Amino acid sequence: MFSRAYRAAITVPPLLWVAVFLLVPYAILFCYSFWSVSSSQEIVHSWTLDNYRQLLQVNVYWQTLFRSMWIATRVMIFSLFLGYPLAYFLSFHAKRKDLLYQLVIIPLWVSYLVRAYAWKTILGSDGVLNTLLQYVHLTRHPLDFLLYSPFAVVLTLTHIYTPFTFLPIYAALEHIPRNLVEASHDLGASPFQTFWRVIFPLSIPGVLAGATFAFVLSLGDFLAPLLLGGPSGIMISNIVVSLFGAAYNWPLGAAISFCMLALVLGLLFLSESLEKKWSFR
Amino acid sequence: MPSRQLARHRRYEMHEDNLAIVSEPATTGASPSSAAPLLEIRNLAKAFGRTSVLRDISLQVAEGEFLTILGESGSGKTTLLRIIAGFESASSGEILMGGERLDQLPPYRRRVNTVFQHYALFPHLTVAENVGYGLKVARLPKQEVATRVEQALDMVKMTAYAASKPAKISGGQQQRIALARALVNRPRLLLLDEPLSALDANLRRQMQLELKSLQREVGISFVFVTHDQEEAMVMSDRIALLRMGELEQVASPREIYNRPATAYTAQFIGHTNLLSGEVKDGVARCCDLSWRTGLRDGPGLFSLRPENIRLAAGTGSGSRVRFRGKILRQAFHGATELLQVECADGLALSIRTASQENWSGDVDLEFSPADAVPVRASEIRPAREQI
Amino acid sequence: MSRERTVPTSRWLPWHAVVVFGFLYLPIVTLIVYSFNGSGVGGFPPHDLTLNWYRLLFADEAIWTSVLNSLLVAFAAMAISLTFGIPAALALDRANFPGKALFRRLVLLPLILPGIITGLSLLMLFREAGVKLSLLTIVLGHGTALISVATTEVFAGLQKLERAQEEASLDLGANYWQTFWRVTLPNLRLSIIGAALLIFTLSMDEIAVSFFLIGRYNTLPLEIWGRLRRGITPEINAISSIIFLFSLAAIVTWYRLRVGAEGKPDPVL
Repeated sequence: MFSRAYRAAITVPPLLWVAVFLLVPYAILFCYSFWSVSSSQEIVHSWTLDNYRQLLQVNVYWQTLFRSMWIATRVMIFSLFLGYPLAYFLSFHAKRKDLLYQLVIIPLWVSYLVRAYAWKTILGSDGVLNTLLQYVHLTRHPLDFLLYSPFAVVLTLTHIYTPFTFLPIYAALEHIPRNLVEASHDLGASPFQTFWRVIFPLSIPGVLAGATFAFVLSLGDFLAPLLLGGPSGIMISNIVVSLFGAAYNWPLGAAISFCMLALVLGLLFLSESLEKKWSFR
Repeated sequence: MPSRQLARHRRYEMHEDNLAIVSEPATTGASPSSAAPLLEIRNLAKAFGRTSVLRDISLQVAEGEFLTILGESGSGKTTLLRIIAGFESASSGEILMGGERLDQLPPYRRRVNTVFQHYALFPHLTVAENVGYGLKVARLPKQEVATRVEQALDMVKMTAYAASKPAKISGGQQQRIALARALVNRPRLLLLDEPLSALDANLRRQMQLELKSLQREVGISFVFVTHDQEEAMVMSDRIALLRMGELEQVASPREIYNRPATAYTAQFIGHTNLLSGEVKDGVARCCDLSWRTGLRDGPGLFSLRPENIRLAAGTGSGSRVRFRGKILRQAFHGATELLQVECADGLALSIRTASQENWSGDVDLEFSPADAVPVRASEIRPAREQI
Repeated sequence: MSRERTVPTSRWLPWHAVVVFGFLYLPIVTLIVYSFNGSGVGGFPPHDLTLNWYRLLFADEAIWTSVLNSLLVAFAAMAISLTFGIPAALALDRANFPGKALFRRLVLLPLILPGIITGLSLLMLFREAGVKLSLLTIVLGHGTALISVATTEVFAGLQKLERAQEEASLDLGANYWQTFWRVTLPNLRLSIIGAALLIFTLSMDEIAVSFFLIGRYNTLPLEIWGRLRRGITPEINAISSIIFLFSLAAIVTWYRLRVGAEGKPDPVL
């Protein structure tokens, strides 16, 4: 129905932009991971597998990567635990669905920085939470682990990504035809049985999408650890940041970034194929 | 019991006599058989917010009966069905099954199953798993579940599709599975919410007959909801005509067709001519036509079916009303034709008669006074009464 | 007609919802409360209520310069994202070309990819191309990352658009371009406005990608970030509260636009 000129006009400009600003940069990233840095802080364009060898051999990188994955896993689990029942409540039981939905997405669009900063002021040793606890005589000394710890990072990231997890789950639940719920009741299933046998299976694609969001975005996060993580809360992206900063080893940083990119793409692919398997449309 | 039947007829005679609003047998939907009814609905009313949707519904369903709740959209028929199923609760009134309160039970504890309008098959389960759902939920042993599922699939002739997913089978096939899924649980009552409305005309006609014979075979009471009056007449033992939340008439298809109680019924079911006239001294007069009637003096409204007006043959026989009419229009319906005829005094009538190629000019027509059935006028009720 | 629910609710479900909402909002509420706290960002209970911090904020030149920078960047990014995002949505909806699947994934990738990867890869691009880091590079970064937002919103709007309307226009004699301006675009108006609002807000708040592309001039988030390294005062609470209020207004407006367009929005981003 649409003329060739029309189709060219809508296809070519975005394709070009995406090629220049997305494809090419990833390609350059890939190339960088094979280069090295000379002693005079110059980037040498010679091809070597050194960076990847370092990745595999140096412990700190491994440990940080695993710690990052562990943090990301916890964020994913907590976000699901907070997000799923909320989505279920809104979709099936809430009276003012519209208003409540807005209330959930508002924090999503409030600046990441603002929210991370808020937690920083709450969790510090002189922060709101500690002084509150001491004020009501629940504790006598400030709790150390609250800030500058993996706990703080997990807490903050959960706060930030719970609405992210909520959205696809809510979308999936909303798409379930209500007559299926009625049919299930009609056939004798109690509300719990109906949830387990009908509602939950049909919401799995949403759960997968939400879990993937939370995991992937937490894995690559570097701001929360910088603000709240302290030395024990360093994540893999922080290492990359320092390699592009003070430690000045762009190729190595590129190598780690590329691994992260590959890992994230792999997870996205896995999630997508699982979602397809569990989608019954 | 004979005396009860007679009482019904006698009361109907009373209705002719007095033109009074006699609603009992015609509209309470009391069960025609003498045995205890399976389902009893007493004074059921339902309002959503300030809009009343059902008003004072009293209806009985007999064992093994095929009852159709017929009505236009907005008449409340789906709401009534949903209340029986348990998906809505009534504002007032009660429902009893086998003498015990049904309306106080949640839907998953009622021995009632529903065939939904859009089938509501579970997309993530196979056909067999769908059918066995109710049995699995009741924790019946695996072997029994398998056996009964097989029987149910066999009954609806869908055994070959046991392992398919609902998305892969056609609408008509999905409908059978929905039916099997409901019946396999051996409910005491089966509710069907316009299950044939999504099918095309031919398939629909076929399914109507199949459903009817299935009901006979299985012996369970069916309560069927539809807006299609032809469908209702083909399938039902009794029809409950619902209009704007109230029962207009409850009777067998023949009864409702031949003896409609109100103008609305006469017009909703089949075609009719409504003649409004004056009754004086046992004679009803409408425009140029007049015939003998047992009604008392006063205004009268009569329903005259188009097929009961025939081409006059030979000279008039005494009791028949004879008149002349000019043919305005004809509509070919295959075996019959519907003619629009204008009589003296401008009265327009529809006549149904055997097809003939060329109609023109004036014709002689006649009908028997017994076919002019007196009906109550139907008031224009406000669409949604505020309470 | 609203249907009653005859399905009983679990007792704990509403309480869970309350807890989650509390978790989501308490930090923000705390932030706002303490922006009035005379004695600092912590300490309970807050006392010494004062507008001092806001006064300081309004006199703070560096902050307002960065706000100006952020606004420039946001408008420029909006222009780029819409210019390339709208055709991208159209292309995904109605054109078939080799590499379409790859294109779709690429366009949507920055949404789900951690910002660091987008930021770093662009950094390397600029490095190799010899482009100095400045507000321009930030604009390019935001524009690229936010094309996905424009595409998603407009694509959703396209799904609601009846193809038959465009066919009717062609049938009545308008050519493709006229149809586009007279029929397609007006129907997409609300989606485009919604997308613009969203892009603007996200650009104003963006920090992960900007972190790597920053030159001499700071955007607002980066200015705040710099302050955080130096020392925390409730002045930061004050600017954060103001940011929150603006974001709130933007999102509620966006939502109402969406609902106005479709009656009920598809619950996806």
